[in-house]
Amino acid sequence: MEAMISILIGVLTAGGVYLCLRSHTFPVVLGLTLLSYGVNLFLFMMGRLVIGKPPIISDDASSYADPIPQALVLTAIVISFAMTAYIIVLALKARNEMGNDHVDGKDVR
Amino acid sequence: MGLAYLTLIPFIGAAFTAFSTRLGRYSSAWVAVVAVLSSLFLLWPLAWQVTDGSTIVQHLPQWMPELGFNLAFRLDGLALLFSLMILLVGLVVIIYARYYLSARDSMGRFYAYLLLFMGSMLGIVLSENILQLLMFWELTSLSSFLLISYWQQREEASRGARMALTITGAGGLAMLGGFLMLGKMAGSYELSDILNGGEAIRNHALYLPMLLLVLLGAFTKSAQFPFHFWLPNAMAAPTPVSAYLHSATMVKAGIFLLARLYPALSGTPEWIWLVSGTGLVTFVIGAYIALFKHDMKALLAYSTISHLGLIVMLFGISTPLAVLAGIFHIMNHTVFKASLFMLAGIVDHETGTRDMRQLRGLRRSMPYTALLTCLAAAAMAGIPLFNGFISKEMFFAETVEHGQHLGLAWLVPVIVTVGGIFAAAYSLRLAHNVFFNGVTPDLPKTPHEPSRGMQLPVEILVLPCLVIGIAPSLAEPLLSLVVGSTLQAAVPEYHLAIWHGFNPALLMSMLAVAGGILVYSQREKFFALQTRVDGKLEAKILYNGTIRRLFAWSSAITMNADNLSQKRMLWILFVTAIGLGFYGFLSTASPLVGDRELLPVDPMSAMVALIMIAAAISTVLMHQQRFTALVLVSAVGLGVALTFIKFSAPDLALTQLAVEFITAVLLLLALFFLPQTTPDERDRWRQGRDIVIALSAGLGIAGLSYAVLTREYTSIADYFITNSVSGGGGANVVNVLLVDFRGFDTMGEITVLALAGLGIYAMLDQLKLLSPKQDGDGRPWNPDTHPLIMATFSRLLLPLALLVAIFILLRGHNLPGGGFIAGLVTSAALIVQYLANGVEWTRSKLPANTHPLIGSGLLIAASTGIASWYFGYPFLTSTFSHLHLPLLGDFELASAMAFDIGVYLVVVGTSLLILINLGLIHQISFQARPSKRAVPSSSPAQAAQVPKPGKPNHKKRWLPKRHEARQGVQAGRRKPIMSTIKRGLPWKR
Repeated sequence: MEAMISILIGVLTAGGVYLCLRSHTFPVVLGLTLLSYGVNLFLFMMGRLVIGKPPIISDDASSYADPIPQALVLTAIVISFAMTAYIIVLALKARNEMGNDHVDGKDVR
Repeated sequence: MGLAYLTLIPFIGAAFTAFSTRLGRYSSAWVAVVAVLSSLFLLWPLAWQVTDGSTIVQHLPQWMPELGFNLAFRLDGLALLFSLMILLVGLVVIIYARYYLSARDSMGRFYAYLLLFMGSMLGIVLSENILQLLMFWELTSLSSFLLISYWQQREEASRGARMALTITGAGGLAMLGGFLMLGKMAGSYELSDILNGGEAIRNHALYLPMLLLVLLGAFTKSAQFPFHFWLPNAMAAPTPVSAYLHSATMVKAGIFLLARLYPALSGTPEWIWLVSGTGLVTFVIGAYIALFKHDMKALLAYSTISHLGLIVMLFGISTPLAVLAGIFHIMNHTVFKASLFMLAGIVDHETGTRDMRQLRGLRRSMPYTALLTCLAAAAMAGIPLFNGFISKEMFFAETVEHGQHLGLAWLVPVIVTVGGIFAAAYSLRLAHNVFFNGVTPDLPKTPHEPSRGMQLPVEILVLPCLVIGIAPSLAEPLLSLVVGSTLQAAVPEYHLAIWHGFNPALLMSMLAVAGGILVYSQREKFFALQTRVDGKLEAKILYNGTIRRLFAWSSAITMNADNLSQKRMLWILFVTAIGLGFYGFLSTASPLVGDRELLPVDPMSAMVALIMIAAAISTVLMHQQRFTALVLVSAVGLGVALTFIKFSAPDLALTQLAVEFITAVLLLLALFFLPQTTPDERDRWRQGRDIVIALSAGLGIAGLSYAVLTREYTSIADYFITNSVSGGGGANVVNVLLVDFRGFDTMGEITVLALAGLGIYAMLDQLKLLSPKQDGDGRPWNPDTHPLIMATFSRLLLPLALLVAIFILLRGHNLPGGGFIAGLVTSAALIVQYLANGVEWTRSKLPANTHPLIGSGLLIAASTGIASWYFGYPFLTSTFSHLHLPLLGDFELASAMAFDIGVYLVVVGTSLLILINLGLIHQISFQARPSKRAVPSSSPAQAAQVPKPGKPNHKKRWLPKRHEARQGVQAGRRKPIMSTIKRGLPWKR
């Protein structure tokens, strides 16, 4: 299971990095989304893989998953939504002002 | 506490003055006067307590005791003298400025800055803790920047302000280092300890570096050579500012520091050489340059530099009598220099110029001003019966007596006398050149006497020049008090008198005055000599060159790293990160795989993971088909939510699901305005490079994840799990962490969220976007935007969805849920309404402006935190209790719940703000479409048919309205737009 999750995170990261390096805004936004999935999963996995032990205190449970990475990732998800939104609007604004959707406004060699 | 309040009052007054302009133009002056009088009123009883030579030290509650940073104030004779100077001269300047500023100048802004400065200055002189002193020190640099650049439209004002800030700011930085060392040497940052620890400080191995750093701070502030050049350039400030900052207060801050730290630092050879040497050089150079300045204010600026040098030199001599003379000259200089600046301002105000090559013979039109100027200039020149004479003669006496410390016994008195000659000459020039010296030529304004309001402040300041000059013993009580507290020792025997008999000092005074008259009468020859070397000797040129080189270097470095290409910056970033990661991995010997027991793979998980991997790879492969890629990336997101559920994170799964929905809507909205496809890459090499970077990044992260996941670890989680119910009153540890244990972090996060929302709002404001008619494959968009079935169902769904959101919010403390998730669910429910029913319909039911929502959310969260102060707990301490309600049973009520509601409101407000505004643009562009003629589409097939660019009506389309208005201002930004337009439809390759 650990190997599978590691590969999954690796694929998400690789895809995200590749798309971030594209020269048009929309693929970059997609890339950031993929990358943030990868990063969020990676952060979350710092609490190790624990099945069936949500960190909700009850008399029946004996141990719990680590709540700290979860709390971190929860806000990270919301913040990355805000940042995605910000970048999308930036892309729209750039499209409007520059007349194209290239990340640099023009093709820089 | 009185001292803290009296320092605080000007700051409060500054806030009031800024607003009081609404009540009329002059109300701000009244508010400023009231602020100063209140400070004086508070100072009054305290001042009487220290007249017997005692010291008041008032400690405020500790701030950072670990760092030795306490808020503490101190009042003794020295602090009293400076406080009185700051407040009384400030009062006079406020009255003067009321009449000086013209109708175009904003009074409120002026007085607000002035009071800011006054408060900072009071803070310096009343500080007991030197770190606190430094804080106020920097505040004076900042507020003086604002004052110097008060006339923002003038280029020289902003240049002068920048220069002053650079020099004094750099000095402040050096002083910070010096103070930290000083604090370590004395074992405390409290002045009381430092002043008593002089012996240990002077014998410390690092005494010299510390002294150099502290002196750098003092000398830059007091415009000592070679840092003097900022002061003349700061003369671009309005004259009341020059009179206040550049004669009486700010430039004296450096001298205050020398006086304050005198018992701790002085007396060593290093001190004597550095301080008196700098003072001597500054005194002579300042006096020499002052003579050749044709601008009245520039002359006064250099003369100020010169007088400051004189005072610094006296402190450097390090004898009790020299200190006494220095402090006496501080008092005298303040009154005559402030009045002279005001007189220069009067001349400027009434004639329109300060150029002494044009000004002459003004005594006929302005006789009273001429009289006042002659009196003040006589004090500056050191003529008997004026206050300047007495302190200057004491200065001469000290140089004769102790000059041998500095070298040849006769040399110092000679140099000093030469300086005195120039001082007499420029004083004479100021009075004679302007008010006598022939007939007044045509001036920009017809000169006449100024209003009483401008004369009165000058009279107030000139009066002590005469009184002290004739009856100097009147100043003795105050002087003794100040000198006693400066020396922290007994005051030496002295007597202030006009006549001390024939002695070298008197001879030097006479020589200086006679020489001054001689030099002034031969001034044409000196001017001719000076024009030949003019501009070559100025430190300003060195400064400008240094600054230019610094800018050139930094821009060269920046341009090397960043050629304005995001792609390039990103790949450098990625490659660096990957390189560092692999380096770290390869340079340690620890194995990749740890020894934690691994989990078995179950078929369901394997399937989800495979689907996610497939979707992610397809997203990359098909990213040119933008819509398809969007669907695929959402699939990955849903997979992430499933992963969270699998691995015991229900809160995360809920959050991810809700965010996924909102993000998808957002991306769809954006995609509508962007080209539907991405053109092919032309550069195969670059594509290959990116693939290599991406694969190494993926490999690195996968390896890192695997290394982490196979190892055991210890976590601090146990504390939170144990204390969640007992300390936070909630069973859902994740939620308790967010709203209680780490509530301050969450507070910051929702603030970031709110800021992002507002930023987006600002960017979308006035943005006009074109909507394409067809999608990428040439199919027209469906005009039927709101299908009936969807609209009907979504309306039915809304109450239910909101109920779910509230349920999730309320239960969040104990079960999966909470403010973030509930907020996202609410937004999702509302966004569905917009999607199904259209923006217009929904806006008529719901307010589109969600700013109040965001603001109230932040306020609720913050006030929950502040409420705990009220009960004597630290910020954001939560409390909870159990209530028993009929029917509902036992019910837990935590104060963190209120915080969570704040979070909820911010999340709802921000996500709605973003989507509604984007949707509104959508709406506008849709409505506008039928009335417009053929609009260029972004699809390649369409774009090919669009006529060649360059047609004027075509240009305007791509410019938002606000941008057009700004075109003139932002010429730099306009160019690329225009050039891209000229090049042709740029979005089409």
